[in-house]
Amino acid sequence: MLDGCPSTYLITFWRCVMSTKDDALLKELTLEEYKYGFTTDIEMDIAPKGLTEDTVRLISAKKNEPEWLLEWRLKALQHFLKMDMPTWQNFENPDVDFQDISYYAAPKAKPKLNSLDEVDPELLSTFAKLGIPLDEQKVLAGVVAVDAVFDSVSVKTTFREKLKEQGVIFSSFGEAVQEHPELIRQYLGTVVPQTDNVYAALNSAVFSDGSFVYIPKGVRCPMELSTYFRINAENTGQFERTLIIADEGAYVSYLEGCTAPMRDENQMHAAVVELIALKDAEIKYSTVQNWYPGDKDGKGGIYNFVTKRGICKGDHSKISWTQVETGSAITWKYPGVILKGDHSVGEFYSVALTRNKQVADTGTKMIHLGKNTRSKIISKGISAGVSHNSYRGLVKIGPGADNSRNFTQCDSLLIGDRCGAHTFPYIESRNKTAKLEHEATTSKIGEDQLFYLTQRGIDPEKAVGLIVNGYAKEVLNQLPMEFAVEAQKLLAISLEGSVG
Amino acid sequence: MLSIKNLHASVEDKAILKGLDLEVKAGEVHAIMGPNGSGKSTLGNVLAGREAYEVTEGEVLLDGSDLLALSPEDRAREGVFLAFQYPIEIPGVSNINFLKTALSEIRAYKGLPPMEARDFLKKVKEKQQLVEFDAKLANRSLNEGFSGGEKKRNEIFQLAMLEPKLAILDETDSGLDIDALRIVARGVNQLRADNNAFILITHYQRLLEYIVPDFVHVLYNGRIVRSGTKELALELEEKGYDWIKETVDA
Repeated sequence: MLDGCPSTYLITFWRCVMSTKDDALLKELTLEEYKYGFTTDIEMDIAPKGLTEDTVRLISAKKNEPEWLLEWRLKALQHFLKMDMPTWQNFENPDVDFQDISYYAAPKAKPKLNSLDEVDPELLSTFAKLGIPLDEQKVLAGVVAVDAVFDSVSVKTTFREKLKEQGVIFSSFGEAVQEHPELIRQYLGTVVPQTDNVYAALNSAVFSDGSFVYIPKGVRCPMELSTYFRINAENTGQFERTLIIADEGAYVSYLEGCTAPMRDENQMHAAVVELIALKDAEIKYSTVQNWYPGDKDGKGGIYNFVTKRGICKGDHSKISWTQVETGSAITWKYPGVILKGDHSVGEFYSVALTRNKQVADTGTKMIHLGKNTRSKIISKGISAGVSHNSYRGLVKIGPGADNSRNFTQCDSLLIGDRCGAHTFPYIESRNKTAKLEHEATTSKIGEDQLFYLTQRGIDPEKAVGLIVNGYAKEVLNQLPMEFAVEAQKLLAISLEGSVG
Repeated sequence: MLSIKNLHASVEDKAILKGLDLEVKAGEVHAIMGPNGSGKSTLGNVLAGREAYEVTEGEVLLDGSDLLALSPEDRAREGVFLAFQYPIEIPGVSNINFLKTALSEIRAYKGLPPMEARDFLKKVKEKQQLVEFDAKLANRSLNEGFSGGEKKRNEIFQLAMLEPKLAILDETDSGLDIDALRIVARGVNQLRADNNAFILITHYQRLLEYIVPDFVHVLYNGRIVRSGTKELALELEEKGYDWIKETVDA
């Protein structure tokens, strides 16, 4: 053990996206709850608990950041300390002691890694168990570049070289700060300002790492970019920062999948994601979120308080959010789009599934500023157990947004009679030429639907899976093919035992 | 094949079936007629194992084994098929995917591997023609936005695909125009075989002109009060159910 390193940590992993298509494994998973049981010993480097200016300075120094970024962080911290916790949400805000969190955790490894050989073998074998195609062969066989984030530090980015040939930058946020400070400085905080909300301010002050993507003018990114986030060490908050820029005429599809281990105490995740689409550019951002939701009594589980926003900065640009949310004790986020460019398009497709005592308060914000801008919102909530699932969405039409249009459809599906579905649509229109449509439905998985399917010989659990996947189809269809398959399985598995 | 003895069943503590006896042999078609509220649909639901229907007395044997001990899905896998009076809509689930899942589950129960995709599609095509079911409907979401007649035809299409031992058609004729009725009847007639049996639950004699039953039973107040051949259906048509009611209640 190295000096100054706290004891070796036992780390249990929780897989979120099942990359395996192996049905035998799937069957095993469906039979047991949260038994992804394998552990690994990794030496961790953890900052002392607490949040002060010194904490921020430590993080910034650890990451060898330029002075302007430290100043930026410190400004955010000042905002954070002055801000109050929000009270408008449709659940009881958990009491988080911000001084009891460690704001930096990184695996102890060599400072600079050039090849897989240099990566901690323990870490590699863990990735192997998780089935992440880190080794080149596996990646070559697929079409996905995986930037595996272990705790807060990016360990290894595959395929970056190949992407580089086209001028695509896909790296950890920390590396981007070192290698492309001008881009970071130009865009950081331009979509989600430090003052946006209390968790965004916190993230801005203490973010540890995350992902950075830049697609140059006219380039269509040749592969799906994918990042697996996971939270591992005990009592370390996770503050990811993601910045994606699609220059004029560029296209990128990005998938974020998440894992977290089983823990007794709650863990908070307060990420910030900023997307910038310039003229004629398109960004497609997909999320499959399956963090530990807590046990049946609501003990443990992740607090997922995330700020995600994109700006369609140029004319004819497009940003599309797709999310499948099945995990976390509390999911609280509203991926939004600012439609600044004329003729720009914003889309939001969401499936949020809650069971047991889970809470989801999620939706989107579509801010129409440019002329002839269009937005589409498709939200599918699924509630089981005693969970609460809320859709909260804002459609705002600015005075200059002539002929802008929005279509919103938010559906709720209830399983059992002890759960809740809530809808909070907000509409603000300051332009008479705008057209807005809102449709909402609430339905229950009926005894008659279940009986119909079981009468044809289909197992009841499978029947629920079919019904739920049918219900969510419109959203799942937006996901890249291989992830759509996984998301379908995830939905079915998440509902195991919800019927009856 | 099917042997029902002294069957009593209730829904929400209200007794509906009150000592029903029925024997159905392989190769036979039985029609069950009766006035509203006599328990016709209850019989279908009890045989299929619907949760709200509670059997309070009696026994039902399918090929000698206790049918009532099985879950709804296992009854289906043993070959009991209920064509629903009001088929259910399931949005987003394609008809084909649903049938493939159902067929695979039934085959797995019998220890058979899933059908090869090619064989499955061949079978789909063949059965679609048999019941004149529009190929476009087969690819659409299960019953979603189907007309009443299309839903009923879909039931017969499913029947043709799953090839059950015992098919119970619960008022499949209701809501069908004469052309649709003819198509449905032709489908059923072609599916009749020595190794399967049909129970037709119906109000009207009309269906029996197209599907000629071996036996006709009149259900009244939870019991079969009269049995005969197809002539009984004609007599019933002529004299009405009051005739039955009077003779039974007298």
